[in-house]
Amino acid sequence: MNPFSSGTRLRDMIRAIRACKTAAEERAVVRKECAAIRAAISENDQDYRHRNLAKLMFIHMLGYPTHFGQMECLKLIASADFPEKRIGYLGLMLLLDERQEVLMLVTNSLKQDLNHSNQFIVGLALCALGNICSAEMARDLAPEVERLLQSRDPNIKKKAALCSIRIIRKVPDLAENFMGPAAGLLKEKHHGVLIAGVQLCTDLCKASTEALQYLRKNCTDGSIRILRDVSNSPYAPEYDISGITDPFLHIRVLKLMRMLGQGDADASEYMNDILAQVATKTESNKNAGNAILYECVETIMGIEATSGLRVLAINILGRFLSNRDNNIRYVALNMLMKAFTVDPQAVQRHRSTILECVKDSDASIRKRALELVYLLVNETNVQPLTKELIDYLEVSEQEFKEDLTAKICSIIEKYSPDKLWYIDQMLKVLSEAGNYVKDDVWHALIVVVSNASDLQGYTVRSLYRALQSSPEQESLVRVAVWCIGEYGEMLVNNVGVLDGEGPITVTESDAVDVVEAALRHHSSDITTRAMSLISLLKLSSRFPPTTERIREIITHEKSSLLLELQQRSIEFHAIIQKHQNIKSSLLERMPVLDESTYVRKKVGSSDAAFSADKTGQRVSSGTPVSIPNGVAKQQAAPLVDLLDLSSDDVPVASSSATDFLNDLLGVDLPSQSSSGVVSTGTTDLLMDLLSIGTSPAQNDLLSPDNHTSSVATSGKIPSVSSPPSVKGVALETKSPHASGPSPVLDLLDGLSDMSFSAENPTFPSITAFQSNSLKITFTFTKQPGKPQVTQIKASFTNMSSNTYTDFLFQAAVPKFVQLHLDPASSNILPASGNGSITQTLSVTNTQLGQKALAMRIRIAYKVNNQDMLEQGQVNNFPQGL
Amino acid sequence: MINFVLLFSRQGKVRLTKWYSPYSQKERSKVIRELSGAILSRGPKLCKFVEWRGCKVVYRRYASLYFCMCIDSEDNELEILEIIHFFVEILDRYFGSVCELDLIFNFHKAYYILDEILIAGELQESSKKTIARLIAAQDSLVETAKEQANSISNVIAQATK
Repeated sequence: MNPFSSGTRLRDMIRAIRACKTAAEERAVVRKECAAIRAAISENDQDYRHRNLAKLMFIHMLGYPTHFGQMECLKLIASADFPEKRIGYLGLMLLLDERQEVLMLVTNSLKQDLNHSNQFIVGLALCALGNICSAEMARDLAPEVERLLQSRDPNIKKKAALCSIRIIRKVPDLAENFMGPAAGLLKEKHHGVLIAGVQLCTDLCKASTEALQYLRKNCTDGSIRILRDVSNSPYAPEYDISGITDPFLHIRVLKLMRMLGQGDADASEYMNDILAQVATKTESNKNAGNAILYECVETIMGIEATSGLRVLAINILGRFLSNRDNNIRYVALNMLMKAFTVDPQAVQRHRSTILECVKDSDASIRKRALELVYLLVNETNVQPLTKELIDYLEVSEQEFKEDLTAKICSIIEKYSPDKLWYIDQMLKVLSEAGNYVKDDVWHALIVVVSNASDLQGYTVRSLYRALQSSPEQESLVRVAVWCIGEYGEMLVNNVGVLDGEGPITVTESDAVDVVEAALRHHSSDITTRAMSLISLLKLSSRFPPTTERIREIITHEKSSLLLELQQRSIEFHAIIQKHQNIKSSLLERMPVLDESTYVRKKVGSSDAAFSADKTGQRVSSGTPVSIPNGVAKQQAAPLVDLLDLSSDDVPVASSSATDFLNDLLGVDLPSQSSSGVVSTGTTDLLMDLLSIGTSPAQNDLLSPDNHTSSVATSGKIPSVSSPPSVKGVALETKSPHASGPSPVLDLLDGLSDMSFSAENPTFPSITAFQSNSLKITFTFTKQPGKPQVTQIKASFTNMSSNTYTDFLFQAAVPKFVQLHLDPASSNILPASGNGSITQTLSVTNTQLGQKALAMRIRIAYKVNNQDMLEQGQVNNFPQGL
Repeated sequence: MINFVLLFSRQGKVRLTKWYSPYSQKERSKVIRELSGAILSRGPKLCKFVEWRGCKVVYRRYASLYFCMCIDSEDNELEILEIIHFFVEILDRYFGSVCELDLIFNFHKAYYILDEILIAGELQESSKKTIARLIAAQDSLVETAKEQANSISNVIAQATK
């Protein structure tokens, strides 16, 4: 042994590492070895350089850092001997990747080795270049590789061809240089060269259209010939894989033919015969044969094949689907998905087989099959398919239920032929997998039920029955509780019985029982409980005899630990206890929910871009949500609002109060006139409340003092629609921001402190400027405690069809106002209202209350590099800024 | 294109990794962790494909070793199964009924063989015979170089005696 060498042989090191019982031991061994290697590196030890690098590679594989060995690779590559070079190149490929600077240092050695006289050394260099070359290296060494493509040695030729693939992937511009040599490679006999050449042609087609055209012209015949030769070739032991000669070459040529034939009828026509031959003659009892068939089908689907050939292809997939091998079924489903866009009818024929795959025990297959079924559904087959899927939902595995439920719901919503069917199917899904149903699905169901007046009785009875069997399905419980609350009397009196509906006898107390059970059920969450409370409140009006019992249930909830429920209970208790005379009108059935609004809202919520005018009406999301709920309801009250937990006045809003609220809070309506309404209105609910009210607070509300004015101002936003989401259990009613709901609350409890509502009024947003090309809206917020300071959020929308660049907004204010402009969100404004720029302005009106705010604005921007200038004056600021 | 080749044991120990697409060191260990977890937990009867980050991972188990290749979503999974088997057959022929220990102690040789099968994530050769011949030729080059070095050092040793 060399006296200078420290450390152990590679084999001994691996043994030592394997002998380690704990990770700490292993680390110690590795640390020791690394130290020895580092020492050897710094001593520039040459004899054991290759052994040290081999050790480093092993250490690297274990996941330890080995960057210090990178330079050793370069030294080994630069040495003259083959063994050193071999290990050096291996180290280079393992320890480095294309993003390391060190790699650039190797370019020169690579260049020398590419020109080496030993074919194996050239092979090593080509292999390394093909595996890790960067774009710069590709450019530098492309001429060498191009030259090697013409080499006489097949080993070098095939390596050079694959290396060229890497080069054109890194630098597609170089594709043209390789077109000619690549086409030449297809004339070879050596399979390795053919495979590499075919792959190079395929990649050239992807890289450049020019190359595609060239190869289409020069290689279509060649590729057909290769495929014909290989598929007709007699038994060749060297290339044989389970009875088929060189399936790899088969597959790669088929892939190239797909590139060449795609969108080219002539080239496709040449290919028809040989493709038909491969598709019919290939043995399908082994994986290799199936791999060829699979590729062949993909090529037939990809090119402009004849319809007969396509039928043949789809039939192959059909056979695949009934194969017992999971791998084959998986690829068949994958392929059918692609085939569906080409020939949906042919895929439909295999529907029942595909449906069976949804029930497969393999998750990968199930997922694919479900996606495919989803594509297959149309108006004609929706009923049997949905039935199958719902039947399967009962027995499917837990983790698959979520996907399955989502898809079923989406199918039902999209293709339901009538409402009865829709409701029936939804109820089935809810009873089976109510816990997996998304919120918007059951919201939609409620909207539909609310609109189907002839089916409400049927629905509420079905829900009642379903609830008996599956009380733990959350969304079923919610829908049932809502419907019983709304349509309780239809349940008890058997209103609107449909043909074939079984008779059912439900007493009033039975109905209360189920709602109470939902309220008490351990798995019910806060939303369900809150909905149950509302439902009970409504039932107390539907079924007067049960009122006393309901009062007791609600009393019990008054001590709930959940603030939301406690508050509700207290309010509802007050309604039952103190306001018998208004209860019935307060608890009227909800007005029919507007389907179109709901649909639009559903779509709109997923669509971030609001139309320009909508933006103007919207209170920006940054402002505290201080919108009176009643006002929010005016936008034809989407369901989410109605079920909104934060709107404690749901019953109020849902009855006829909205119009009145509108009037009462109307911008220009003096409070006198509102009291005038009070005297005339008899059906208007809130009015009743107001007239009943005895506490001074309500008088305050009606008296024309500043409290009222603050309410009036807050009412100036009649069209605001930014309801809090149904999920958000925001207890706004408790917060000082909530000016709207609190009066109602206060009215109910008869104690009030209105002062906070004046503290933080809300201002309507205005359109500050509008021309044919530009629209500016201002949205206002004030911070509590700083009445003089107003934050203005300016939002700019481009109404023209040209994009504005270099957008600059300037503003000037009178001397008594201080102005501060924050930077804009962007300086480019997309065309046609497709987005907007926002900018925040902060104004301080030092003479608040004496002088009104005014502003002069100037907007500069460029359209097609032409300067544009617009200016204007803003005088329509709301009062009180 | 094959993005990477991964060999790991049933215990999740990595035996060979070859990356044809750029992955940073951090990503590499993350990929190995994620995939070995996902694949080791799959039952024997399930299909040999795992969809993962928009790619497909094809794997095949030989005794205690899992051979995995990650391919693009439009590639032919069934062919990859054949390529894996092709690789294993060559290893088998080279080592003479290969076992995990062969691949541990002679990992560099496994890499040399892989480099004769794949370059740039594409297949290079479909003949086992050709590959065996190329590997043997290169091994003998190494052997002769070694012998030469030994004889030289012997000569030096004798001269300095």
